Formats: sequence, structure tokens, C-alpha cells
Amino acid sequence: MKRRFINGLMTALCGLALLLALVPLVSLLWLVISHGFKGLSWDFFTQLPAPVGETGGGVANAIAGTLYIVGIACLIGVPLGVGAGVFLAERGDTPVGDAIRFTAEVLSGVPSIVVGIVAYGLVVLPMRRFSALAGGVALAVLMVPTLARSTEELVRLVPGALREASLALGVPQWRTSLRVVLRTALGGIMTAILLGVARAAGETAPLLFTALNNQYWNWRADQPTASLTVQIFNYAVSPYQDWHDKAWSAALVLLLLVGTLSLGGRLLSRSRVR
Amino acid sequence: MIAAANKIDVHALNAWFKSNHALRDVSLSVPERTVLAIIGPSGCGKSTFVRCLNRMHELIPGARQAGKVLVDGQDLHAGGVDPVTLRRRVGMVFQRANPFPTMSIYDNVVAGLRLNGIKGDYPALVEKTLRQAALWDEVKDRLQHSALSLSGGQQQRLCIARALAIEPEVLLMDEPASALDPIATAKIEELIRELAESLTIVIVTHNMQQAARVSDATAFFYMGELIEHGPTEQIFTNPKEPRTEDYVTGKFG
Repeated sequence: MKRRFINGLMTALCGLALLLALVPLVSLLWLVISHGFKGLSWDFFTQLPAPVGETGGGVANAIAGTLYIVGIACLIGVPLGVGAGVFLAERGDTPVGDAIRFTAEVLSGVPSIVVGIVAYGLVVLPMRRFSALAGGVALAVLMVPTLARSTEELVRLVPGALREASLALGVPQWRTSLRVVLRTALGGIMTAILLGVARAAGETAPLLFTALNNQYWNWRADQPTASLTVQIFNYAVSPYQDWHDKAWSAALVLLLLVGTLSLGGRLLSRSRVR
Repeated sequence: MIAAANKIDVHALNAWFKSNHALRDVSLSVPERTVLAIIGPSGCGKSTFVRCLNRMHELIPGARQAGKVLVDGQDLHAGGVDPVTLRRRVGMVFQRANPFPTMSIYDNVVAGLRLNGIKGDYPALVEKTLRQAALWDEVKDRLQHSALSLSGGQQQRLCIARALAIEPEVLLMDEPASALDPIATAKIEELIRELAESLTIVIVTHNMQQAARVSDATAFFYMGELIEHGPTEQIFTNPKEPRTEDYVTGKFG
């Protein structure tokens, strides 16, 4: 009797904890949707931001800018992260491998604003201007450690029998790593990349003083570039009600973008398991 | 010094995994175009022995070897020998079928050539090797299907075809039929006899009847040592060593 009572009590407590944990998530979604939805329109996705006092306008350049900066981050971060991961999986049981793994762990714990400062020092100061490139570098630094670790795990999951099969055919080790092992792990790595991209797209701090912002279209990597996150920040800290509304709508757009990427990543990984 | 008819000569081969002495002073020869069966209880060094013949043993961390292995009179461990080139001459088929899961049947067969950048008439080669591996009739209409769509026995024959496609002189088979049903096993055994007309085969097996059916010579390993090596018929009917007799008659192992 007592045992049943305790069991019931514990189940109830766990359920309560779950509900409490869901409160922030649900209220976040509710707030963003309720405040942001009314501001969504065709113009919001296709127009440049309107100056203060004018109504209308959109965040088209910020959406494009986020994709642009994240694209640059991928160009830099994906080869580095995947390469480091393959190295760790294939040659990781050495002092060098341990050092890389340790560095990756430390790096993944570094606050993103610190990464932003580093990118400021490494790219912005020498170039003497804020740029999409600097933002991309900052986001790449954020992506590399997690991508390296998940690539390592995924490559280690590839059965040793496949590696042996390839080596026994007289295929050199490096080509075996690239064309057999990495190829087999590719589905999982694509998922890891998508999740990394989703995370990077949601970062504000590293972009504040690297990519800065831009009220206009920009496709040059050496120029300041708008991003959804920084645009949200600027709108939110402004004193204008119209801009506050725009911040909510832009937040909703960002949520949709990141949610789609995460969902895509998870669907991809599920289809791989099947 | 060495009779030219021997494809493989092994002299005082020793192998270790870290401190574990897995092979002790093994010496034997395999004449060209014959089948050598290696029998013995689990953990007796059979697999280690064949993996020394294409230098796959050294890929395991902590693995070492000493002694000589000669293929066509050339020492495999001599300075100038490239293990990668060697493995194109000495092919290998593993215990569990391991086709490349991301490739089609066709691509699996030519994988050894393609990954090594060797050009050739791939379609003709695929048909030839799949016929050699007695798989052609079963897969000719679905060459572009995934290799994983095949049954276990078919996958193993595909792996044999893949090994044959790079035209090795020696084929090492590490318990190639141990995971297969009797019909698939019979097909592989038949295949081994046919292949022995053109290449030299070393096959590890747990199945004594299989060794008796497919091989010309048999070597019995126990605890890392070569206990007895001779013509298959003699090993199974009139072994010289009592331990061999106990093993082949099923008294232990």
C-alpha cells in the first residue's frame, strides 16, 4: 500500500516537473506568435526596413543576410569541423588527438560573445571595417567544435569491417577514410551540419560587432551585413512601438527559420535510421 | 633456394597483439593454384595468420610480427614493399559479408578499381567477375540496386566478386561461409574449387567437412602453433599428431 502510494506520488511529481518545464517553452512560443503574427505580410519578407516614422517595410535584407553570413560560416566551418572530426576518429588515440579533443571541448564552452570579440580582433580590426566575413568567421568558430565532435562520433560508428574491406582492396588509408568511411557517415554528418547551422543562425552576440548591421541589401563579404538576430536586437532596444512590433515579427521569422532547419535535420537523421 | 612452384612461403612467422603472442614460429608453403585450409579451435591464430599474408595484421594498434612471408619469393616485409600495392595482389574475403552499404551492386564490384583510380571496361568486368562469383544470373537485372538488398549468401559472393575484380593472385578467405546457410555454403565451396584453377587460395574454416571438401592441403593450428600441415586427405584420415587426430575427430575444440 505504502509502495503504491509512493509510486503514485513520484509519478505525479515527475508529471508536475514536466509541466513546469513546458511553461517557459509554451509561453515563449505563445508570446512570439501572438505578438509577431499580425506583423507578418508579404512586404515583411520582401521589403527593406522602413525609416523611423514610416510604417511598412520589412526585413528581407536581414533574412538574406542571415543566410549569407551562415553560408560563409559553413564554407569555413564545415571543412574544418568535418576534417577535424575525421582526424579525431581515425587518428584520435594520440596525444595530438587528445589535445584537439580537449581544445574542442573548451572551445564549445566559450561564451559566444567572447567568440565575437575574437573575430572582431582577428578580422574586423585588420580590415578596418565590419563585414559579413567577420560574422561568418565568428559563427564558424562556434560551429567547428560541435561539428568536429559529432563527426568523430558518426565516423566511429562506421563498422570497422567496411574500412577493412576497403584496405584489403588495396585502397590507401586516406582514400578509404574519405571515400568509404566518410561517405558512409555522410547522412549523419549532414544532420549535424544542419543542426549546427540552425544554432549559428540564432546567434546574436558574435554578430553585434562583426557583421554589425545594414539597412540595405549587401552581397559583398567585406561590407557590414544585416542579420535577423541583430535586427531584432536593434528593433527591440529602440523606443518606437512600431519597431517593437517588428522585432516580434522578425523573431517569429527567425523561429520559423531555425525550427525548419532543426526539423529538417531531425527528419534527415530519421530517414537515415530507416 | 625456394621452389618456384610455391606461391607463398612462410618462414618462422611470429605475431603479437601487444604482449599476447598469437603466432609462434609458423612455417609453411602453399603451391601455386592450390587451396590451403586452415583449421583449429577459436583463438588459435588462424585469422592472424591469414592477416599476416596481406599485411592487414599490422593495422591493428599494438600488433607486431616477425619472420618472413614470401609471395613469389619476394619478402612482404622487405623495405621497398608497399602494403597497399601488395593488397591488390593478395585479396581478402572476410567472415561477415561487408559490401559497401552506400554503393550499388555494380559499384561494389568495381569499387576496388574505382577507388584506386584504375580505368577499364567496367561493364564487361562486372559481368565477368559476377559470373566467376556465380552471382550474375541472380543480380543481372538489378545491378543498380543497393548491395544491401541482397541476401547474406549473395552479399558474400558479391564480396568475392569485389575481391576478384582487382585480379589478385592470391585470395585469402577468413571463414567466408560461417554465417551462411548450407545452400549458400555449397555455392561458395563450389566457387572456391573453380577459382583454384586460376589463383591460390588460403581459407580459414571452422568446418572440418568444408576443409576436407575444398582444400588440397590442410594446416592445423593450436594455441598459435602450427601443429600439423599436410595433404588434406592425410590430415583427415591419417594424422601424424595425436592433437590433430583429436581435433579432426571432434574430441576437443
